[in-house]
Amino acid sequence: MAHLLNSSFIPSSPSLRRHSIPSSPSLCTPRKPQIQAKIREIFMPALSSTMTEGKIVSWVRSEGDKLSKGESVVVVESDKADMDVETFYDGYLAAIMVDEGGVAAVGSAIALLAETEDEIAEARSKASSPSSPSSSAATSASPPPPALEAAVANLAPSPPATVAKATVTASSVHPASAEGKRIVASPYAKKLAKDLKVDLSGVSGSGPMGRIVAKDVEAAAAAGSAAVSTTAAEVPKPSGAKVAASPGIELGTVVPFTTMQGAVSRNMVESLAVPTFRVGYTITTDALDALYKKIKSKGVTMTALLAKAAALALVKHPVVNSSCRDGKSFTYNSSINIAVAVAIDGGLITPVLQDADKVDIYSLSRKWKELVDKARAKQLQPHEYNTGTFTLSNLGMFGVDCFDAILPPGTGAIMAVGASQPTVVATKDGRIGMKSQMQVNVTADHRVIYGADLASFLQTLAKIIEDPKDVTR
Amino acid sequence: KTQVAIHFLRSLPLLSLSKLPLHTFSHYNSTMHSSLSLSISFPRTSPAIARSNYTFELSLVSPSKPLNLRFCGLRKEAIGFSQLKLSESHRVLVSSRRHSKKLSASLSDNGSPPKSFDYDLVIIGAGVGGHGAALHAVEKGLKTAIIEGDVVGGTCVNRGCVPSKALLAVSGRMRELQNHHHLKALGLQVSAAGYDRQGVADHANNLASKIRNNLTNSLKALGVDILTGVGTILGPQKVKYGKVGFSDNVVTAKDIIIATGSVPFVPKGIEVDGKTVITSDHALKLEFVPDWIAIVGSGYIGLEFSDVYTALGSEVTFIEALDQLMPGFDPEIGKLAQRVLINPRKIDYHTGVFASKITPAKDGKPVIIELIDAKTKEPKDNLEVDAALIATGRAPFTKGLGLENINVETQRGFVPVDERMQVVDADGNLVPHLYCIGDANGKMMLAHAASAQGISVVEQVSGKDHVLNHLSIPAACFTHPEISMVGLTEPQAREKAEKEGFEISIAKTSFKANTKALAENEGEGLAKLIYRPDNGEILGVHIFGLHAADLIHEASNAIALGTRIQDIKFAVHAHPTLSEVLDELFKSAQVNAHVSSPVSEPVAV
Repeated sequence: MAHLLNSSFIPSSPSLRRHSIPSSPSLCTPRKPQIQAKIREIFMPALSSTMTEGKIVSWVRSEGDKLSKGESVVVVESDKADMDVETFYDGYLAAIMVDEGGVAAVGSAIALLAETEDEIAEARSKASSPSSPSSSAATSASPPPPALEAAVANLAPSPPATVAKATVTASSVHPASAEGKRIVASPYAKKLAKDLKVDLSGVSGSGPMGRIVAKDVEAAAAAGSAAVSTTAAEVPKPSGAKVAASPGIELGTVVPFTTMQGAVSRNMVESLAVPTFRVGYTITTDALDALYKKIKSKGVTMTALLAKAAALALVKHPVVNSSCRDGKSFTYNSSINIAVAVAIDGGLITPVLQDADKVDIYSLSRKWKELVDKARAKQLQPHEYNTGTFTLSNLGMFGVDCFDAILPPGTGAIMAVGASQPTVVATKDGRIGMKSQMQVNVTADHRVIYGADLASFLQTLAKIIEDPKDVTR
Repeated sequence: KTQVAIHFLRSLPLLSLSKLPLHTFSHYNSTMHSSLSLSISFPRTSPAIARSNYTFELSLVSPSKPLNLRFCGLRKEAIGFSQLKLSESHRVLVSSRRHSKKLSASLSDNGSPPKSFDYDLVIIGAGVGGHGAALHAVEKGLKTAIIEGDVVGGTCVNRGCVPSKALLAVSGRMRELQNHHHLKALGLQVSAAGYDRQGVADHANNLASKIRNNLTNSLKALGVDILTGVGTILGPQKVKYGKVGFSDNVVTAKDIIIATGSVPFVPKGIEVDGKTVITSDHALKLEFVPDWIAIVGSGYIGLEFSDVYTALGSEVTFIEALDQLMPGFDPEIGKLAQRVLINPRKIDYHTGVFASKITPAKDGKPVIIELIDAKTKEPKDNLEVDAALIATGRAPFTKGLGLENINVETQRGFVPVDERMQVVDADGNLVPHLYCIGDANGKMMLAHAASAQGISVVEQVSGKDHVLNHLSIPAACFTHPEISMVGLTEPQAREKAEKEGFEISIAKTSFKANTKALAENEGEGLAKLIYRPDNGEILGVHIFGLHAADLIHEASNAIALGTRIQDIKFAVHAHPTLSEVLDELFKSAQVNAHVSSPVSEPVAV
């Protein structure tokens, strides 16, 4: 069981990752050091694990009221139910920042609580200052108004929030609209845009009459996340390729794992029980690059090409496609299913290209695109991420030249692919030439796969990549 | 002749099935609860005796001694049985009945009622209402004819509740198969569920023809004459019928029931082309599944179709003239339903707006919908969608009935009637021997209400006074999960309580506490009871949750029979069943004055 890369990829609400919000519906966690303890912010609580925003049904108390600990202050409507929310502290309800009917993201301030009456005025001025992370009513499904955008920016942005900004600035503004005047987006696209915090005005539509449909929003969100995805772990590496704290991370805090991250952690520890070893190889990619250039226009991706090449090599080396389930036997898998690691929203998932040896490269590329879209929409079916027999991990696009991967428990081998770089090489005839080369590094379970197995597998793979005529067959 | 009788017997189980109140296809309507005549003239016997009478009569009932209880709910229950008895004792009658002589049109004696009649009862319209009336009329020994200008079964069977239930059955299964979270929780793995549009459409169509044939056969088997053509009233107790291009026939009848039903209502400015701008009539054929469909109106019809379309992959935009979605429902139920049926689905909505103009897709342009503010009439927004479904309710189909011949004026197209469904003329006088039931009178636009009204009318014309209690008629919306209700909503009950000076209380139970619901992993749901704490009277019950439409009947029967909470709470429910949701509900109600109940056990003296 337990594929390290792919068990329980349950979408976690970004908010839960950002702040550790108390699970009980209590308010007033002092958050920002600059806000004195005397004036506390009342936050939108997370009333359920799936709640990302809440609607203020009614304020039970009004501005200026004296509150004592445990009293109901506000009724909040979540995705599940209406709940009375009580205060955690004594004080005065100084300023209501989100009015009845208004919607606020989980963790954003909805009111200020002053400890003494004297501080009410001060709190009010804080509430009205533009930096206050409040969100105005946005009950309609229309594209998020500027106010909401501002709130998002101030809200210790999660990766998707950053996405929104990246998207807006990056994409050329080509609003799908009737006569260019307004945005036409399908109901689901609007919902997704809200969830993924994508500003629809920067998204170009690919649906009928240029309408924005769900996949456009997903693509916009992905484009944004690619720009900032250095923060996400591409491959399980215990050391963790930690880039400098992204804007979404508050320094000096301890943030519990999300479910997905917890699963990865467990699998990482479990992987220590497997005796692994690594074999590296340098492969010249000029021919593959040329092929890629030629068929790129037909929708073929490098990922699909590499998966195909690996699958063709595995056909000749079934032992590398095997696994050790019980410590006593080889399990030779009947099909060659290439799992490819994909970084996604603070975790990672391994969509699987099934029968990669048999499916032609064009279908494989289409399949890959479909899987990535599904992964993004968190709609992958279990069989689409846990049936891999061999895993591929590519950090080449970040310029990584060489790395090694941890073997997902339950499989036999994983291949780490570095960037293809122009390299000065000496050729056999004694000349010096320039070739593009990449380094691959395979980690395998030595109980079933031995050094010679991997070596000959890599030799076969190199041959296939250096003369890729079979890849397009 | 023997064959006829056998056929009749065979068709009976189907017949009673098709008559049960599983049809709901109406729109919320302000007149829905207009008749509040709570005429519970319960016999002053003890309930124990009444109950035993009930069972006793059921087992021994014969057509000559029909049940004479005044409550529709009970009658409906009883009909299935009594017909069975009827089949034996009336076999001779059925087989010996001959087709009546058809008179050719002669307009000379208009205005004066004929002395002898071709029929005891002529029903104009063979929908569910007409069918129910005809069946009951035969049971009462009346010589009956039914005039149908279109197809037997009317809206419900052909273009309404029946085919829509077929589509909803499909959408329910699709939903289950697509809900991976739910399946996973049950330990199931299903890979991509798909559907074949034509296959789904065929299922709906086949169901409609099957039920239509059952209905037709049951009428024929009972000896009801089916007269084909459009019926027009010529004068008192006189109707002509005929197809276009043929000569008319005239028949006379002692009593006439108008049961012409309704058609989809299309507001001004909306151009229906039947392809991209459609009504429920077209939508039920499921000729295409648009990527994006706007549904104008968020009542029963709109809601049910949103369930179908989203399950089949469409995205939906609701356009609702009132300020909130699902305006006909109890507000609390509506809110919960919105949370489950609207918010998590691929649906968005515009409320407080009218679709002032809708242009079908043509010349490469999409369907264009112009929205105006419902109050200020200012232009609000434009929508461009792939299709628009007009579900703004239904309009009575009463044109060409010849009502002018008898001095009757329709009101917004509805035929005015009194509480006994007898037609009222322009001067406010009752028209003798003329009744109107179902959607055409607009009292309560539900298929089973029409049928109940028809039965009530037949009771009257055969000499038994009968007033139908509309507050005991349940309604249901067959979304996933279902919504059902009977009686008053909470605001209606509060208004009535204030006016009449009594207290009301609310009790609620959740499906989350029900074992069967949890076993199905369908704990989402609520049952709500509105009652009088002083005497235990049930004013209304609203259910949102798994199989709500089937659960409501315990409450509607209780209202129909006048059963009080303090009595029904002792009724035993099988465990574990969903019916325990209602059991819990009744048990959680707090009735103060136990003694005020008119109920007492029979005591030997």
